[in-house]
Amino acid sequence: MDKYIFLIPLFPLIGFLINGLLGKRFGKGIISFIGCMTVGFSFIVSLFIWKYLLSLEPGHRILTQTLWKWMSVGGLSVDVSFMIDPLSMLMILVVTGVGFLIHVYSTGYMYEDESYWRYFAYLNMFVFFMAMLVLGGNYLVMFVGWEGVGLASYLLIGFWYQGIDNAVAGKKAFVVNRIGDFGFVLGLFLMFWTFGSLSYLDVFPKALELFEQGSLPINSPVLVAICLLLFVGATGKSAQIPLYIWLPDAMAGPTPVSALIHAATMVTAGVYMVARTNVLYTLAPSALLVVASIAAATAFFAATMGVLQNDIKKVLAYSTVSQLGYMFIGVGVTAYWAGIFHLMTHAFFKACLFLCSGSVIHAMSGDQDMRHMGGLAKKMPITYITMLFATLAISGLPPFAGFFSKDEILGKAFSFPYYPMAGKIIWFIGTAGAGITAFYMFRLIFMTFHGEFRGTKEQEHHLHESPANMTVPLVILALLSLFGGWLGIPELIGKFFGHVPNILEGFLEPVFEHSSNIVSQFAHHGHVAEPVEWTLMTTSVVVAIIGISLAYYIYMVHGKELPQKLAQKYAFHYQVIYNKYYVDEIYEFLVVLPIYYFSVFLWKVADAFFIDGIGVNGPAWVVKRTSSIVRLVQNGYVQTYGAFMLVGMVTILCFFIYR
Amino acid sequence: MAGINEYVILSCILFGLGSIGFLTRRNALILFMSVELMLNSINLMLVAFSAQRADMGGQVMVLFIFAVAAAEVAVGLAILISLFKHIKSVDINRFNLLKW
Repeated sequence: MDKYIFLIPLFPLIGFLINGLLGKRFGKGIISFIGCMTVGFSFIVSLFIWKYLLSLEPGHRILTQTLWKWMSVGGLSVDVSFMIDPLSMLMILVVTGVGFLIHVYSTGYMYEDESYWRYFAYLNMFVFFMAMLVLGGNYLVMFVGWEGVGLASYLLIGFWYQGIDNAVAGKKAFVVNRIGDFGFVLGLFLMFWTFGSLSYLDVFPKALELFEQGSLPINSPVLVAICLLLFVGATGKSAQIPLYIWLPDAMAGPTPVSALIHAATMVTAGVYMVARTNVLYTLAPSALLVVASIAAATAFFAATMGVLQNDIKKVLAYSTVSQLGYMFIGVGVTAYWAGIFHLMTHAFFKACLFLCSGSVIHAMSGDQDMRHMGGLAKKMPITYITMLFATLAISGLPPFAGFFSKDEILGKAFSFPYYPMAGKIIWFIGTAGAGITAFYMFRLIFMTFHGEFRGTKEQEHHLHESPANMTVPLVILALLSLFGGWLGIPELIGKFFGHVPNILEGFLEPVFEHSSNIVSQFAHHGHVAEPVEWTLMTTSVVVAIIGISLAYYIYMVHGKELPQKLAQKYAFHYQVIYNKYYVDEIYEFLVVLPIYYFSVFLWKVADAFFIDGIGVNGPAWVVKRTSSIVRLVQNGYVQTYGAFMLVGMVTILCFFIYR
Repeated sequence: MAGINEYVILSCILFGLGSIGFLTRRNALILFMSVELMLNSINLMLVAFSAQRADMGGQVMVLFIFAVAAAEVAVGLAILISLFKHIKSVDINRFNLLKW
């Protein structure tokens, strides 16, 4: 079965080549078929491989396939190889499964677009690179995928490149990503220098071996450096502080793109990477503290920024940044499986939210401003119900999926083994953020679907529910938002339903088992008593309900005047938060402008004056001036030439005679 | 009898006269004549040494030089005639189209 792993990335690659090279001549039917079925086939192959994987013993669930030796230079030997273990299995199922649903949705959403073929080509290319990222057996194949999805993201954000803002947004995404990638590459260099290899099956056993021998103690500087540098890459790719700024701008792309790339898959690459590198992170707790702290700050601040946005997609964008923060909190407190669990549930409900918003935008004839919406629930019932499901999931209300994953993360944060004090603070920030999340998400629901319609008459006539190829994926994702969390029911609750096991934790356990051993040996065993666990759980539900009620009070009960009155009363706070704490402006001033002026200097002075003027034109000028003098020798008089010849001859003769 | 020294001195004087003529005269035909004078002075020196050393090589070379000088004059005069058709003069100061 492991011989067939390569098919998973191969199908989308073929789809990309066919649609990309020939798609312009095909009809929409063929393009859709090729675009969707390639991802569909990848999903089916993944299912077969999953079935095979489950037939193996839990401790032996690793499949590898090596295609060819990529390079062997100096001490570095890298193959193009794949490795499937429970972690990458889960990732690839999410990527291809949710990816397939979004491809099907896109056949409806992008139907009117004239570059239909280009869209599906890029989308398939993205799935190809994402597959390489999660299936790769070493960090270099992962990095190929890492860079590739960044490229696909750039192309898709700037898909409607004729609008200059879209192109600028794409450029911003790519450049900010690259900054992170610089850190990532430095981390790879350091990793190779320390361990002599970049392959997962080499590095992690070697690290454990060095640790047992004692030559690589907990928190050794080189390990902390590797982990932090890799995390810099993750902040770029997964939109954490300080490199999250590209994600809100990325909403300039088509909505299914936002759903696939900037919610379900690409932005989760950073979380996957940290989870994959769990052995190294567990041995470097300082790095984990940094990760968890930055993540908590991101989760909270992004949530506050989402509260006041009026563009429906921007709210979801900040929500994504915030939820990614929760995932990193999960992996940052060594609860790796919890972070991945939230990654999965988030893929379901965030993709659902984005696709629903796409449905709404379509119905609103392209208007994304929630202030023009209202009362859409009656006109678009399916969209409304599915979006409500997804919103309940993200707010963390049981029995929806978000409750289980978010609660697991916050619970594990509270009992952070390495730094219990910090863990409590992180728990507090995270819980506050969860309340804010519930608040702004239900603000979105109330402003969009309830109350009275606030748009133009024309828009009102156009309101309609979306066609089946758009609503069916919505329904599937909404159901997953409800049932998906039941894969990870904690023991506390499972007891009451007849010892329902925590399927997901068990499935992923072998991947993180070394980390768990290290944590239990060297850290305060993070076990909380049952009453405490119940308290934490109920607190998060209560906080969510408070958030929802507050949103209901402000936007439903007093929806007409209260928001504006509050905005006026707290005008300063409103301005700061509405303008996203002016982070973009600060970066512009501190980073972008200096670099811009420096490059203008390099252009005008270093390049034009020095290199062109003196380096290139200089010798030419010298030659010109010298030759204008030397040419005077040629005066055209034969006798002058004759005289020179005579003098020369005599000189040579004398030279020979008197030598 | 004149010894070898006398022939060599004569040859050098003739060569010098030829050079001076070549470098100072303006008429192109006079230039040709000076060149011939220089060549013939060399011929004289060659024959003198050939007689002194009883080596035929010198005289053979003289024959060569005669042939070459004749050919050269033929070609040179042809070029001069061509030039004269354009410039209507044999003053070498007028032949300055190849200057800068």
